[in-house]
Amino acid sequence: MLNKIWVGLMLTALAGSFLAGETAAVTEALLNGGKNTLTFMLTLGGSMCLWSGLLRVADKAGFTRLFARLTTPLMRRLFPDLPSEGEACRAMSMNMAANVLGLGNAATPLGLQAMKHLRAAAPDATHATRNMMVFAVLNTASVQLIPTTVAALRAEAGSANPFAVLPAVWITSLGAAVVAVTVARVFGKE
Amino acid sequence: MGVGAVVLVFVGVILVVAAKRHVAVFDEFCIGAKEGARAAVQVFPILLALMTAIAMLQAGGVLRWLAALLQPAAQWLGFPAEALPAALLRPLSGSGSLAVLREVLQQHGPDSTAGLVASVLQSSTETTFYTLALYFGYVGIKKTGCALPAALAGDITGMILSALTVHLFF
Repeated sequence: MLNKIWVGLMLTALAGSFLAGETAAVTEALLNGGKNTLTFMLTLGGSMCLWSGLLRVADKAGFTRLFARLTTPLMRRLFPDLPSEGEACRAMSMNMAANVLGLGNAATPLGLQAMKHLRAAAPDATHATRNMMVFAVLNTASVQLIPTTVAALRAEAGSANPFAVLPAVWITSLGAAVVAVTVARVFGKE
Repeated sequence: MGVGAVVLVFVGVILVVAAKRHVAVFDEFCIGAKEGARAAVQVFPILLALMTAIAMLQAGGVLRWLAALLQPAAQWLGFPAEALPAALLRPLSGSGSLAVLREVLQQHGPDSTAGLVASVLQSSTETTFYTLALYFGYVGIKKTGCALPAALAGDITGMILSALTVHLFF
């Protein structure tokens, strides 16, 4: 998938740069790519290390097991063929909790860990299983309780009520997640 | 402040319970942090490829053309044209779409229809391509089946619902 998408993105950008006469700006974007990614990585990577450490302590203290038990009804529905207190489900339920709380930097290492456990259970190391598709797709639809960043931007722009969008956000994100997961479950072949 | 306090309480409870259960808290923290560092190094090339390509797309103005091209379809769905660039950038780049959202809020007002729809969409969907590339790239999955179409179906649902809920509630 990525081989095609990346070439497509790059070629579109290159063709666009010539058509729009923006070759200088696009060259600059290309040459700064390394620096910008590294700067981003320093923030994300540091935060990922911190949360990985804290969440490992939480796992050893039995929190993830407790959390997996609490989310069992949902997990059974989403991943019926996985043991609901197994490593994969534990990582996935914690990942979802971090996402709902808006802790994106904590959710990422948990999500990666969950993918590793899911792959270990997969029959073929290069083909995605339906569980992987459902889980990855769930992470592309952010069901978030309180979108703090957007609320901050709205307050900065002088909104009368920065949090007025909350009910609309909940309905929209839940609807998007339900559609995405349904498509993945129905059309995802094992 | 409220959300920050919740995080602090969460961390405090983890540490207290772990210490009570005789977990080697410091050692386990360091092992976990090391795993985090390894994961970060492993995802760096994936991020580099994707972030560079997307920065180039933005610099060349391709997204602006695409927004102009898709405007009739968006209008038919009741999606405000001013919020369309933000919607197109959302699945590609988190920081990029945040910057565009800021522009929409400053230009059209946070409580205008475009400002509201862009706010709802930004909060309700994720950076689809980045997430899929990261998750599948990390474990070396090449054939992702219907993951991308399913995720995009979710994003389009998000676009329709954000316009619909804003018309409904405001």
